Amino acid sequence: MNIHSQHKIDYLLYLADTALILGQRLGEWCGHGPVLEQDIAMTNISLDYIGRSRLLYQYIATLTESDEDRLAFLRDEREFKNVLLAEHPNVDFAYTVARQFLLEAFHFPYYSELKNSSDLQLAAIAEKTVKETAYHLKWSAEWMIRLGDGTEISHQKIQTALNELWSFTGELFDPADYETFMLQESIAPDLNSINKSWKEKVQQVISEATLTMPENQWMQSGGKQGIHTEAMGFILTEMQYMQRSYPGLTW
Amino acid sequence: MITKEHIFELLETVLDPEVPVLSVVDLGIIRHVEIQDELVKIQITPTYTGCPAMKMIEMNLQAAFAVENIPLSIETILSPAWTTDWMSENGKLKLQKYGIAAPIGLAGRSLGLFEKEIQIACPRCQSVHTEKISEFGSTACKALYRCLDCKEPFDYFKCH
Repeated sequence: MNIHSQHKIDYLLYLADTALILGQRLGEWCGHGPVLEQDIAMTNISLDYIGRSRLLYQYIATLTESDEDRLAFLRDEREFKNVLLAEHPNVDFAYTVARQFLLEAFHFPYYSELKNSSDLQLAAIAEKTVKETAYHLKWSAEWMIRLGDGTEISHQKIQTALNELWSFTGELFDPADYETFMLQESIAPDLNSINKSWKEKVQQVISEATLTMPENQWMQSGGKQGIHTEAMGFILTEMQYMQRSYPGLTW
Repeated sequence: MITKEHIFELLETVLDPEVPVLSVVDLGIIRHVEIQDELVKIQITPTYTGCPAMKMIEMNLQAAFAVENIPLSIETILSPAWTTDWMSENGKLKLQKYGIAAPIGLAGRSLGLFEKEIQIACPRCQSVHTEKISEFGSTACKALYRCLDCKEPFDYFKCH
């Protein structure tokens, strides 16, 4: 395999893994949501993410000798390229909302730009994704505002979640080698312009939610290179258990 | 000799498993039909990326054509992305009768924060005195509403 296609595969894995791991995290809320409607909302969004990861894994499978199930269920931690924010545990509803909002505010401009990718299959996946992302962004931004501008306790909880998760947002805009390479090929979008839209949206919602922007701090990174937090091993164990214990199992 | 008319008759018998009054034609997911010698090639487009009904629809399409021994190849295309604008008028009437409010207006406009959809009429009592309970309903394509007059909850097939 030449270096060109390896960069492309790494880049597609970064997108696919971020979608799968975030989808799996949201799916953990199934049956545990604070109210029925929000339980359904989070699992609906989870389904969109898992659907998105499938489209991307199916595409990767056409470029490699693999298939979508192998890619999802039989790779090890160091081979996953999702951002650290996606694997962050749910903790509570406030953390889940803040994590979702920070990522949706990124995904909306990101996939809107990706619609113009020189890779036509990726552009088609982006076209589908951006429509669904609009709902996710609306849901998560509204909850940021409800909780922030809600009661004293809800305000405090969402502010704490925002502060704690902030150090994972730097990685979104810190390009891995494969992203830089893909930008040169006009396959991936330019992160500088995405960063600008992201900041504007985040500041606008934080201000409407009567919350305080977290201070600049040390930013975590590593996920895009396969170096993950402690949480990653646990989520993979749960997600991959069936295929690892019963290889080739099908429904 | 297979005709396009006959293919569409067969397609009309394949229903969306989650909304079993709508055929794949009503839904607007059939993008292209082509007859190549004895092989029928169709292109379909998914409604939502994670919609579990898509796989089942493919199986049901294969089954419907297999009954008449017509070989069928199905290709999934993603672009242009499916929109509720492609749902047939007949399909919207069927939805309404089935108890699901049909999508209103043209897709593509996203709502602002806390912005409400234009008033959605209750499919049971036709009152427009309704409220949204959640953007996300029993399936990816529906939102959950409640009628403030007859008090019944109902699904709205959201404009997408």
